[in-house]
Amino acid sequence: MGKPETPFVLTEAQLRSRRKRSVALALVIGGLVVLFYLITVFKMGAAIMHRTM
Amino acid sequence: MSDAGLLRTDQTALLSSAEPSDFFALLKPRVMSLVVFTALVGLVCAPGSISPFIGAVAILAIAIGAGAAGALNMWYDADIDRIMGRTAKRPIPAGKVSADEALGFGLVLSAFSVATLGLATNWFAAAFLAFTIFFYAVVYTMWLKRSTAQNIVIGGASGAFPPMIGWAAVTGGVSVDSLLLFLLIFIWTPPHFWALALVKSEDYARAGVPMLPVAAGPDATRLQILLYTLLLVPVGLAPVVSGLGGTLYGVIAALGGLGMLACAGEIYRKRDGKPATAACWRMFGFSILYLFGLFATLLIERSVLPLIGWGQ
Repeated sequence: MGKPETPFVLTEAQLRSRRKRSVALALVIGGLVVLFYLITVFKMGAAIMHRTM
Repeated sequence: MSDAGLLRTDQTALLSSAEPSDFFALLKPRVMSLVVFTALVGLVCAPGSISPFIGAVAILAIAIGAGAAGALNMWYDADIDRIMGRTAKRPIPAGKVSADEALGFGLVLSAFSVATLGLATNWFAAAFLAFTIFFYAVVYTMWLKRSTAQNIVIGGASGAFPPMIGWAAVTGGVSVDSLLLFLLIFIWTPPHFWALALVKSEDYARAGVPMLPVAAGPDATRLQILLYTLLLVPVGLAPVVSGLGGTLYGVIAALGGLGMLACAGEIYRKRDGKPATAACWRMFGFSILYLFGLFATLLIERSVLPLIGWGQ
């Protein structure tokens, strides 16, 4: 695949806002992982200790 | 300009400069705070028990669902938001977030909030949340808002559902008491919003939104505010009869109802100039206090008073 003829250059503001969006998205996804883990634990309660091997 | 220059300009224009705070603004945080509060009251007042953590997850899911509906509303209404002073600074008309970004954001959050509520509590509550998002985004925003003067009367149902969803998260169903919580917000919405619409009627007229003051005139709106307030007072007292509210609630509902009637009477009498505008703002502000007072009292009666042995 060839290179684009004109590599576009992000402005400082665009780079800054993209970084902030990336951090926010990472936090949300990480938070969701923790949330679903805890929901599972709370829904299963003590039964979580009695899984069959 | 060369072709290469055009390509670069177009591609750069496609790159978003939106910040996380702009996406947060799409959720209509102030509306969301009311939804969180009323849903919490529904959840606390419902018979039965729910783990505090699962309850908090349910409130979070309901809040995100309401925010998603707000984002979809802003996506569809961007054209008229541009025209009205009150909404011109929203993220899409201000050029901070593109319409496509708002649409994607709203749809993804809708799906996640409904799925989370279903997995954490029950699928009846989740279906109810999905219906509420649909009702606000499609029935109210896309259909009623631009086609009938009764837009906020019927559309107000979407703002009145959250306490029922909170209730359903605990019980898995609906009951007379949860319907009363719904009815309270449903009947409260028209006088609250029409007071604002009377002041902002020029904005709505310019945007072509047939709010009642635009479609039927300010005098008819004043009469409707008075009639709905007359209906609101007994609806506000009904939880005392059903047993949902106690003595304290009855006192607050009676005093608040008198205040609402006084505000509605003032709007009906004062029809010109600054006194008329001031009366509308007073009604707008007091109605928020009234609704907050009733729901806060229910919350206190159910969660704080039992701890100190009140009424036992």
